[in-house]
Amino acid sequence: MASETTAPGIRVIPAPVSDGSLWGFSRPQRVALIVMLVFLGVAPFAGLYPVFLMKLLCFGLFACAFNLLIGYVGLLSFGHAAYFGMGGYIAGHAAKVMGVPPELAILLGGAVGAALGAVFGWVAIRRQGIYFAMITLALSQLVYFVCVQAPFTGGEDGIQAIPRGKLFGMFDLSADLSMYWVVAAVFVIGFLLVHRIVHSPFGMVMKAIKENEPRATSLGYRTDDYKLLAFILSAGLAGVAGATKSLVFGIATLTDVHWSMSGEVVLMTLVGGLGTVFGPVIGAAVIVTMQNYLAEWGAWVTVIQGGIFVACVLAFRRGIVGEIGALLKVKL
Amino acid sequence: MDELFGIPLPLLFGQLLLGLINGAFYAMLSLGLAVIFGLLNVINFTHGAQFMMGAFAAWMLLNWFGVNYWFALILVPIIIGATGIVLEKLMISRLYKLDHLYGLLLTFGIGLVIEGVFRNEFGSSGLPYRIPPELSGAWDLGFMFMPVYRGWVVVFAAAVCLATWLVIEKTRLGANLRAATENPALVQAFGINVPRMVTLTYGAGVALAALGGVLAAPIYSVNPQMGSNLIIVVFAVVVIGGMGSILGSVITGFGLGIIEGLTKVFYPEASATVIFVIMIIVLLARPAGLFGRTA
Repeated sequence: MASETTAPGIRVIPAPVSDGSLWGFSRPQRVALIVMLVFLGVAPFAGLYPVFLMKLLCFGLFACAFNLLIGYVGLLSFGHAAYFGMGGYIAGHAAKVMGVPPELAILLGGAVGAALGAVFGWVAIRRQGIYFAMITLALSQLVYFVCVQAPFTGGEDGIQAIPRGKLFGMFDLSADLSMYWVVAAVFVIGFLLVHRIVHSPFGMVMKAIKENEPRATSLGYRTDDYKLLAFILSAGLAGVAGATKSLVFGIATLTDVHWSMSGEVVLMTLVGGLGTVFGPVIGAAVIVTMQNYLAEWGAWVTVIQGGIFVACVLAFRRGIVGEIGALLKVKL
Repeated sequence: MDELFGIPLPLLFGQLLLGLINGAFYAMLSLGLAVIFGLLNVINFTHGAQFMMGAFAAWMLLNWFGVNYWFALILVPIIIGATGIVLEKLMISRLYKLDHLYGLLLTFGIGLVIEGVFRNEFGSSGLPYRIPPELSGAWDLGFMFMPVYRGWVVVFAAAVCLATWLVIEKTRLGANLRAATENPALVQAFGINVPRMVTLTYGAGVALAALGGVLAAPIYSVNPQMGSNLIIVVFAVVVIGGMGSILGSVITGFGLGIIEGLTKVFYPEASATVIFVIMIIVLLARPAGLFGRTA
């Protein structure tokens, strides 16, 4: 009987009707996407160094993965370096010691990142807000210390001379330009995947949790399950980004699992704009470019990054893309 | 009776003492974090940098101005606490109406700036700070030699923690503070200047961190990274203890220091990670922390 009565006041929410947008990209976003894709296609021929571009794309993907959590579920993970760095180590080890082809090494890095994210996420989602940030930071420090001691990471030396190998056993990737196309493909797939996740019914629930978690619970969603799945997806993509980076540079070191790397990805996303589609990519581009030009300034880079943090939080909370979007009155 | 479980006693007690000293710093720093968090709802990521500033301030006072350890013990908390007050007034106070996470990001950024500036100025290698002559030497306790300074750190830190607890739990000022933690609007309605109290509380928390830095200066080498390495462990300590109780964070701090020391004796490979592992276990068994009240 209970199943037949519909209590008054309960509205059945219809499935979101397609508004004519393609894959959830609105019209301005489609324009921005095309601009980005054209840039990716033209950049290596326009005098930009492919290795620099690849670094930028790896960090762009890393920031997109991080943004999936902070921007759409409202979870601030302060330990994403653990998944990024571990993905790099695993891919490096697989490619160098086990002779695994690059596409599998990258997938393996992502899988290990996701597995680590599943365990850590399961622990960390027991607490919220500031505690969540502190727990994820402490867990990533645990990974850091394990990496210092574990034999396969090579300790202070890291894993060096990782071969890029042959894609599908056929295409040699040792030339920077061929590697660039692989990295660009990985980036675009990851970027579209994040967008697809955010605009899926699952993504709607994620956003509902961000806006009002008790309400999402009262509507019958197991919010912890959604948070955990979002965490796993984010950690897996971070692992893919780290794995790709280690293949590009042929090296996986402790720098990538250190807490300062977790801080950097937060900064990139914050600079670009939390919860925007293109913000993390722009933020990563800005920060990586800045690091490149200021490399000889040593510790001043840290000072400048800290200063940008402070400026963003105090005066510029929407980030670059968020501000542009607000100016043009569109969501980018 | 020179051994216990096959471990020489001097080694065991030596590591226990080191553990107690680390525990003293964990206790003082997590106490400061808890006090600040209670009233400001901000987790002070700059805490590690402020601890490091305390150690450097003691070093500068000694080497540039000839001010000795004992005066540094009084002057440094005042100076660094004052910088904290300026920081709160200028920046942190602007964020109280926003999501708490912005406070975390802001203080993290400030910490980066401070650490970077000190690294430019002093390099990454440590500077030595001599143990004051009154506290140098060691006592022969029969079963081990106890350096006087190390004993002093443990006793002094315990006294500071106890004093903080007394102020918060037993004085009128502390009563106001606890009331403002529960309900700032109501306390303000009774005519107490809550914003000023918030500012002074932040200053006091920072002063505690700086005092810890002065105590640490003769033990660890004074270097720009000394704070950031410590603060992440302190975060784990805070998660384990929960920030609800002052005494709780002190007990957790000392207790975890001792456990870490014992791990160094029995299973040295795990000594860097044991606190994080304990954190995981506590989160699984008691998500609110050992002394925490709310999740």
